Amino acid sequence: MKSIHHVAIAATMFLVYATSAFADEFTDQDLKNWEQDFQTAVIQGRKLFTDPNLGSNGVVCAQCHPNGANTHPETYPKLQKQLGRVAVMWEMVNWCIRNPLEGKDLSPDSPDMIALQAYITFERRNVKLAPGKH
Amino acid sequence: MERRNFLKSAGALLAGSVLPISLVEVAFGKSKHENFTFAYISDSHIQQIKGNKFVRNFDRGLVRAVAECNLMDPKPDFVIYGGDLAQLGSKPEIDHGLEIMSACKHKVHYVMGEHDYYLDLGQYWESQLGPQWYSFDHKGVHFVVLNSIIVDEKWTNKWSSGEERMGVMAGLDNPLGSPFMVGAAQRAWLKNDLAKVSKDTPLVVLSHSPLQKIYKGWNFWTDDAEQIQAILKPFKKVNVFYGHVHQIQYNQIGNISFHSVMATAWPWPYPSTYSQAPSQLPKLTVEMNRADPFFERDATGWQFIDVWSGNTSMHFQLPENSPRTVAYNKKHKQPEDTKYQSDRIPPQKHY
Repeated sequence: MKSIHHVAIAATMFLVYATSAFADEFTDQDLKNWEQDFQTAVIQGRKLFTDPNLGSNGVVCAQCHPNGANTHPETYPKLQKQLGRVAVMWEMVNWCIRNPLEGKDLSPDSPDMIALQAYITFERRNVKLAPGKH
Repeated sequence: MERRNFLKSAGALLAGSVLPISLVEVAFGKSKHENFTFAYISDSHIQQIKGNKFVRNFDRGLVRAVAECNLMDPKPDFVIYGGDLAQLGSKPEIDHGLEIMSACKHKVHYVMGEHDYYLDLGQYWESQLGPQWYSFDHKGVHFVVLNSIIVDEKWTNKWSSGEERMGVMAGLDNPLGSPFMVGAAQRAWLKNDLAKVSKDTPLVVLSHSPLQKIYKGWNFWTDDAEQIQAILKPFKKVNVFYGHVHQIQYNQIGNISFHSVMATAWPWPYPSTYSQAPSQLPKLTVEMNRADPFFERDATGWQFIDVWSGNTSMHFQLPENSPRTVAYNKKHKQPEDTKYQSDRIPPQKHY
């Protein structure tokens, strides 16, 4: 009986330590703001993904990739056949913009490129990371 | 021509090239029917940029299919065009598509696709090509062509313009779209049409959407599929060929064998690759291997279709995949992949 009592105390102590391990907590408002900023990028990315003006010939990303399928953000960096070397995702996005969309490269740090990647990655959420995989 | 010889010459053709068309052989051995072949071209999505400029990938795909079709030996009795000739249904797109098709030396029967339809509800298409659904007989086989991409009137009329409506329907994953159906009027017509046909006549049904329910999110779907299947049920041999999905699919529901045909425009991912929603891709279907996320001619390969005694064998010649054969297994009474079906080892990883 005594030992069970000790275990119970130890468990309680652990919980106390576990919940007080962070000094300053993020507020619900912080989390909400961050999620909102991310979702703004996702929504902008979806808009670009279906925008005939992203390239020059009216072709949109979603024509080949409904819901961002077959973009596989979880597999980058990887050897990208079209580029002939190991590449990160934005390089492949630019390949698609240059080729099927007949458009001009986006700068890697442009809000549009970031939004496109936010959208694609959001559509693949909860899929295991598999860098390098084909 | 003997079936054996036909296969041989088709084999020679296969060895030489990878073609974005499908050839169908309907053969009935020693019966009163004559053997014959037909070819299949589908989903070209001719897309206008401006004036006489069109998206190159897509119109070159169709040009190539027509050229290869003209080189076929034996010559097909006719060609089926499986729908989605245009991308946004405009007059210039349909005209350009038909101009390319006019180089085809064979009679062409056209199927209506949603991309041909939603700008003006098929008016221009119909003015050039005739009725949206019809049937014909050819050497002992009854062919039925359906418009399977109709949606209800409420959805059809809620848009401010045809352009807006077409724009929404053109987006495969647009949540504002509506599921396709054949509709009551056409089902009544189908019943009436088939009333005149004896139950042992082989049927070939041609539609744009699958006439089965595969994945609603991308409109790989026909809402009244069960009702159409019920109308087809009394017939001994029924084959349904559909376009729309830009990938290999096959299925067996009761007496009905389903086969998709390839696109000449671009490949689509399988619904199962979208991780956020479940799909009902037929359990029979062994998906294509796709090592590269964007290989523009993937899923635009060649397939040779052999409808032997009313059952179908499809031979796929693919640019970056091994050749595959999906043939009717008489014992299991369903189409099966001759190599991958038995052990169900998935030949692809979808990366």
